[in-house]
Amino acid sequence: MTLPGSDEIIEDLSFFDDWEQRYQYIIDLGKSLSPMTPEDKTEERLVRGCQSSVWLKSTVQGEHLHFDVESDAIIVNGLLALVMAAYQDKSPAQILAFDIDGYFQALDLERHISPTRGNGLRAIVGTIRNLASQPRQ
Amino acid sequence: MSLDLNGLRAQFPILSRQVDGKPLVYLDNAATTQKPQAVIDALVNFYTQCNANVHRGAHALSDEATRRYEQARDVVADFIRAGSRQEVIWTSGTTEAINIVANGMAQRLQPGDEVLVTEMEHHANLVTWQQACLRSGAQLKVAPILDSGELDVDAFNALLSPQTRFVALPHVSNALGTVNPIQSLTASAKAAGALVLIDGAQGIAHGQVDVQAIGCDFYAFSGHKLFGPTGIGVLWGRQTILEDWPVWQTGGEMIAKVSYECATWGTLPNRLEAGTPNIAGAIGMAAAISWFMSLDVAAVQAHEKALLASATEQAQAFEGLKIIGTAKDKIGVLSFVLDGSHPADVGFILDRQGVAIRTGDHCAQPLMRRLNVPGTARASFSIYNSLDEVDVLFKALKKAQSMLA
Ligand SMILES: Cc1ncc(COP(=O)(O)O)c(C=O)c1O
Repeated sequence: MTLPGSDEIIEDLSFFDDWEQRYQYIIDLGKSLSPMTPEDKTEERLVRGCQSSVWLKSTVQGEHLHFDVESDAIIVNGLLALVMAAYQDKSPAQILAFDIDGYFQALDLERHISPTRGNGLRAIVGTIRNLASQPRQ
Repeated sequence: MSLDLNGLRAQFPILSRQVDGKPLVYLDNAATTQKPQAVIDALVNFYTQCNANVHRGAHALSDEATRRYEQARDVVADFIRAGSRQEVIWTSGTTEAINIVANGMAQRLQPGDEVLVTEMEHHANLVTWQQACLRSGAQLKVAPILDSGELDVDAFNALLSPQTRFVALPHVSNALGTVNPIQSLTASAKAAGALVLIDGAQGIAHGQVDVQAIGCDFYAFSGHKLFGPTGIGVLWGRQTILEDWPVWQTGGEMIAKVSYECATWGTLPNRLEAGTPNIAGAIGMAAAISWFMSLDVAAVQAHEKALLASATEQAQAFEGLKIIGTAKDKIGVLSFVLDGSHPADVGFILDRQGVAIRTGDHCAQPLMRRLNVPGTARASFSIYNSLDEVDVLFKALKKAQSMLA
């Protein structure tokens, strides 16, 4: 399964009325992320949350930024897939323009991206936005 | 007398709220306990009736606030059977209490000295001693645990020597629920000539703590894990030791005489309590203790035992679940992992069902490494939990297991 776009995800999730289906969908989205290679999962790329950890590798591909991400927790992987639907292979300007908080609000998942959650997601979003705001050579 | 659980629960307003449309099942009591109305009332009453600074004002409110604040100290002294009220030092919590002792000790330790802790420490009782050793050149020794999560008492005793100046250990492990035989461990440590601190953060909420009977030199605990407010806690220490303990913070309240060149310190307990204290917190903590002491301790303890027994029995019967920490003497905590599932995912799915637990390393990273787990899911029980709630936990776990498969 390839990752749907963020609009499509908002629409998909709005069809479910029970939380189990919503989380099952998110878990399945997470499974569509390609796993990172063990060599790529270095200490420097590790964002340690107090409950789960996330690895993030970024590469510049022409005008776009490409990310490899993985968490040791499957629901966090699902949430990462939601983030990737917004940021993957986008230009820095597109990334900076995207309203990530509004997006998570629309998904009714803002609790999970709040700074207080120890899942590393907020830190990942911060890192990606930092990368996007750095001037390119 | 048996426990009127419904009556008890009714005293905790928060227990009737819902989370995501489901009744809250609060099983994160080792992190912090909920507060009974009596404590909430004490806080509201203080701020509505007699808020003033203590020990300073020349007016009625200040007198009243000071009286209530100092009475709160008496309540704590009684509760833990302190030798005197001077032995009760208000702190912001267990962490600050341990820091006062570790900082003082760092000034007295020398290269060649040893400090002994255990493999089941909370970071509050580990990093503090590690840093005190780094500053003083003393060596940190760590007494190992067995796979069951019990302290290896023989190894602990073998690590005691004339070099052992200080021993710090938990009354009850927050991550595993292991109850340590603190009385006999303290006796061995004292026989070796060491000072002994018991981290009572988890031990305090489960019944009578008698610091004289334990025989330790320091006992540290937090109000918020004992049905009281956050931001208040206690360092109990022997008067003869605290009398000349290196001061921790300097400033108002703790001095006797001040000139531009020097200052002399006041007497206990004030010498270790710089600045305006957490007055409402102290009063709230005393209200919590008075409330707790009004319960039938034997009934409360029997109920807590029944909760953990039911949880343990259901956990043992649960396919794919592994209990982390199987000490014979355990209280309040069921730590576990589900085969093939990350604890964070388990916590997540439980949360959606209104069941609040904690997942992660429980501020005990070296312990998690020792047990070879990335973390655990931890359900921790308090006196107001019901056996029905234990059943809800396991129903919710079944769902988590099927969703995460
Ligand atoms: C065993 C133990 N020690 C120390 C602490 C620290 O307590 P506080 O954060 O209230 O200072 C805790 C709290 O989680 C604990 O469980």
